[in-house]
Parts: sequence; C-alpha cells; structure tokens
Amino acid sequence: MEFWIIQSLNGLSFGALLFLLASGLSLIFGVMNIVNVAHGSYFMIGGYLGYSVFLRTGSFVIACLAAAVAVAMIGIAMHFFLLRRYSTHFPQVLMTMGFALIFRDLTLVIWGGDPLSLATPAVLQGSFHIGPITYPIYRSFVILIAIAVAIGLWAFNEKTSLGAKLRATVDDNQMATGIGINVPMVSSLMFGLGAFLAGFGGVVGAPILGIFAGIDFDILPLAFVVVIVGGMGSLKGAAVGSILVGVVDTLGKALVPDLSYFTLFLPMAIVLAIKPTGLFGRA
Amino acid sequence: MKKRLSYLFAALLVAMGFTVASGATSAQAAEPIKIGFFAPLTGFAAQTGKDMLAGLEFYLKQQGGKVAGRDIVLISEDTEAKPAVALTKVRKLVEKDGVHILIGGLMASTGYALQPYVDGKKIPTLYPVMAPDDITQRKRAKWIVRTGWSSSQPSHPFGEYAYKTLGLRKIVTLGFDYAFGWEVVGGFQKTFEEAGGKIVQKIWVPVGNRDYAPFLPQISKDADGVFALLFGAGALQFVKQFKEFGLKDRYTLLGGGTTTDEHVLPSMGDEALGIYTSLHYSAAIDTAVNKKFTVPYREFAGKSASYYSEALYTGGRWAIEAMTAIGGKVEDRDGFLKALQQQTLTDVPRGPLKISSYGNPIQNVYIRKVERVNGELQNTVVKTYPNVSQFWKYDPKEFLKQPVYARDYPPMMK
Repeated sequence: MEFWIIQSLNGLSFGALLFLLASGLSLIFGVMNIVNVAHGSYFMIGGYLGYSVFLRTGSFVIACLAAAVAVAMIGIAMHFFLLRRYSTHFPQVLMTMGFALIFRDLTLVIWGGDPLSLATPAVLQGSFHIGPITYPIYRSFVILIAIAVAIGLWAFNEKTSLGAKLRATVDDNQMATGIGINVPMVSSLMFGLGAFLAGFGGVVGAPILGIFAGIDFDILPLAFVVVIVGGMGSLKGAAVGSILVGVVDTLGKALVPDLSYFTLFLPMAIVLAIKPTGLFGRA
Repeated sequence: MKKRLSYLFAALLVAMGFTVASGATSAQAAEPIKIGFFAPLTGFAAQTGKDMLAGLEFYLKQQGGKVAGRDIVLISEDTEAKPAVALTKVRKLVEKDGVHILIGGLMASTGYALQPYVDGKKIPTLYPVMAPDDITQRKRAKWIVRTGWSSSQPSHPFGEYAYKTLGLRKIVTLGFDYAFGWEVVGGFQKTFEEAGGKIVQKIWVPVGNRDYAPFLPQISKDADGVFALLFGAGALQFVKQFKEFGLKDRYTLLGGGTTTDEHVLPSMGDEALGIYTSLHYSAAIDTAVNKKFTVPYREFAGKSASYYSEALYTGGRWAIEAMTAIGGKVEDRDGFLKALQQQTLTDVPRGPLKISSYGNPIQNVYIRKVERVNGELQNTVVKTYPNVSQFWKYDPKEFLKQPVYARDYPPMMK
C-alpha cells in the first residue's frame, strides 16, 4: 500500500514537471505546428541559468523568473529571425536540431560538463511523514506549481484579449492579419511563451533531475509523447497526457525497469491506434 | 593574400620534407616520440575526458616533455564516447600520425572494441581508466597494459569490510545496468556473502538514470545497508533523493568508488556525509606524494583532482618511465611493451603500483568515508588494503573458472 501511495505521488510529481515542459511544447508544436527539436535545450538552459542566478542571488524565485525570461528571449529571437520563415517541418527540424547542438556545446563551454545540482530551496527542504510514508516536500510543491501554471494558462488563453489574438492567429492566419492583428509579433510572442515555460520547468526540475549536458535529449521524447498522447494543441490534453506519461513512466520503471521505454511508448501506440488525434486533439 | 599563400606553400614543403625524412630514417633518435591520447572530449562524458587529458598534460608539463633526448608530442583525439568513433580515431592516430603508444579511453565498451585492432597492429596501449574485468582476465589482450583497475578489484576487500568492520548483515544493491555495474556489485556480493552476509535484493537501473524516486520505495525494509554503484549526474541525484525519501537514517549507505568520486563530490551537500566507498584512489590520501600531485593540479586545472585525472597523471608517468628505461627506443615495440609490463613505481599518488602477469595492477585499495574537512567534502581514507590483486585472495586459476560477474552472477542466495 505504502509502495503504491509513494509511487503514485512520484508519478504525479514527475507528471507535473512534464506538464511545465509539455505545455510549452503544446503551444509551439501543437498549436503553431513548429517541430522544435530544441525544446529540451530550453529546459536544459533554464536549469543552467537558474543555477547561476541562484548562486549570485540566493533566491529560488528570482532564479526561476530570470532563467525563464532569458530563455523566452532566446525563443523569441529564434522564431522572429529564423523559424517564422519556414512553414514546413523539414527545415524546422534541421534548424532547431542545429540549435540544439549549438546550445549543448555552449553550455559545455560556459558551465563545463560536470553535473550540477540546484539545492532545494530552504523552506521546501526535508520531507513530511504520514504514518509509514516519508515524502519530499519539494516534489509535492512541484505538483502545486503545475496546477497553478495550468490555471494561469487556461485563464490567459480564454479570458485575455492577447489570448484571443493568439487563437485567432492560429486558426486563420490571413483573416487575423486582415482584422489588424500583428501576426508575426503575436506568433513570436507565443513561441516565446512556450520557451518561457520550458525554461521555467528547467529550473523547477533542477532539484529533482539535476543539471547536465544531455538532459535536453533525455527529456525531449517525453515532451513529444505527452503532446501527441494528449492531442495536438490542447491544454487539457497536455495536462492529462503529462499525468498519464508521468505515472506510466514511474510505475514502468518501478515494476519492470528493463522495459521502461516499452512501457512508456506502449500507451502512446494504443492511444494513437484508437484515437489518431490524441486524447483531446481536434480532428 | 599572396604572402599568406606563400606561407602555406612553405609549410606544405616542410611537411612533405618531414614525411619523406620520417619514412627514410625512422630509427633516428632526434625524432619526437608520439603519444596518442583518446577520450570523449565532446558529448555527455566530455568533462570526464577533459579531466583525463588535464591529468596527462599536467604530468607532461611537470616532466618537461623530453625523453632520452627525444621530444614528446601529444596528439589527442575525441571519441565522442562512441566505440565506433573511438576505433576510427585510434586508426587515425596509428596509421596517419604514427603514434608509438596509445593511452586513454573511458567507456568499457570502447575498451572491448579496440582490443582486436591494437593487438593486430601491435601497438603498445595503456588503459588507465577502462575497467572491464575480462580485459585482464578471461579475454586477455597481449598489447594492452592496464594501469587503472578492474571493476571488481576494489569491491573484493570492501565486501569483507562491510561485514566485519561495519557490521552489516543484509544489503540491497542498486546499480547501473551494464557490465561495469554488474562487475562492481558482483565482486562486492561475492566477498560479502562469503564473509557471512546476504544480498537481499538487487535493483538494476538504466545507465544514466537521474530520478531515483521510482526505485527508492522498493528498497527492502529488511536490510541494514544499501550499496549503490552510480556516477555522474545519477550519483548526485541518488544521494540527494536517498536522504529526501528518509532512507539515510534507516540504512548505512555504501557505494562503488565512482559514486562519490571527486568529479561529483564538490556538487554534493551534507547528504553525502558518512557514505562508505572503495577505490584504488582518493584525492584525500594523506601522503606527501599525493599532495605533491593534488595541490599543484588544482592550480593547473582549476578544480579538485579526481580518480580520472590521477589515472592519466600516473598513466602518463608509467609510459614516460618505461620509455626512459629503454633509452627512448620506442620503435622496438616488443622491448617497449616489456618495459611497460615489468616496471614498478612506488611513488605515484595512489601508492605503490606494479602490473601482474595478467596485465592488471597490483595496488592499494582504499575504503573511504565522506567527511567535511575545512569546509569541503572529501573521501577520507579509513582503511588501506595494501597490494590488492584483481583476484583478491583467491587462486587466479580457480577464480577464472567462475564466469565473469554479470547481472545474475553471483546468483541470489535462497
């Protein structure tokens, strides 16, 4: 029983972390239809920048925000100057792949290759104990953050005029231009928001996963699985997909570690076989 | 532009002349001796490869870079931590650069991949890091001399120590699921169980796994110790999460040497205090010889010495001393190989070092405990086992009858 409770919490907290990453990818890949292979790199750069900011300021909150904003800037620049010129997948894949490799080597030059670890913020250190169960406070906190981000994104998307412009831009590019929406700017902003979420996730995830060259491509497939299982461009899909992938991945590793990739991709194959658009995707 | 072209032309001429000369008079003593170094210098293992290179460069700088009147040239190649790339790069070092000795390598898989090639080409080769047991046990290579260690070598004394000195009786092991992990854990299991203890559970995690949350709740409540074999980011996260999940108070934590090696130790916090590990080196070995290495090395490299940098520092010295012993005549490959196999050095940072007839070092094994000294974490040596062979106290012939340590060998006790 204890085993299942802890493993469920593990699955949820990992799913929460995945949501931070995948909600950004859901915007970029799901909504804007840009295959961004460098999305894992945003997560990695976020972690490294957060580490450096934390060393200087000692504040986890500032580290999160500063790193996320910086990564958003990188994303906006990549989209505004380069990516928006290509509407097909092939050049997007090649270009973002190139960026991913450049980012990897840049982090090696700047931070060296030894793995780093971001200390858990002092107030969230330690564990709580309920009966025989001991669980780290920080992991529970990550679940709360993901819920807050999910609500924030939903409100932004549904309740603000910028959110409405975003949806208009995606649904009908030309019509949006026609009614006076600055489509290139709105698109770049949306891309930047996706990068922001990934960078933010990188800092939040750093106390759990660590920071190292290589996490970019460790985490990228998981984010794509989430977006594809959940359904392209659906926020609800990203949330449900994250929890599903988080729980399945955790239980898979715990119960049949030899088959951990299999247990991860099997549900994806099943979902796609039954519902090719993903759980909440629009046809 | 014209000027630059003429420089280029001149350089080309010199290069051509050099090639011709080297072809004609290969035994001439004034020619440099070439050392070919290979390790991952890009990719996920890049920092480890760079630490290795720094150790070698540091030694050559201290040494002056000359042997028997011949200059020493170091040519380094990046293997990208891929065996196939390593083989290509080593071919280049041998066939194009004409190196006299090969030294380097990180991944055990690379170690096995290079063996047929260097044996075929008869190139004296040092393995200062790559540790797969069978390279010096059941699949011995003639031209490879290992100055590093075999994976299970430090585990043999450690299993006994855990039972007798630490008083542990039931241990859960958790390790990376590949040859290196199996061999380190296997060696520990063998001697721990022969001493009277019992391995109650073995957990294998995918190589490079970083999040241990799925594995930690599985650890048997019945055990009194946990033995972890990890390295890099995985080691860092494991040690941290072990504490977060409330296990540090419940079990004694032990590990293979890489789990708390100095390549990750500076990034760890108090959660690492009190971990016991075993290895043939610790940067905290309290001898004058070791300090003569660690103190200036830190200035040279800007970071603490680790087992990886010591491995190449000592490996470099091993090569140069052998060259000195044969008067720099490295073209006599058989003589050079013999010198590499037969020398003994008593004053390398890790302690006395010689090579057994199986090609593996006989050296001290240190039981280390993580402590904080002067504000920094270090692997304090709590016990030294002098002159340990890869066969520990077993008869080599008898030992080699058992299969190489694997996922399921030794089997679990009933």
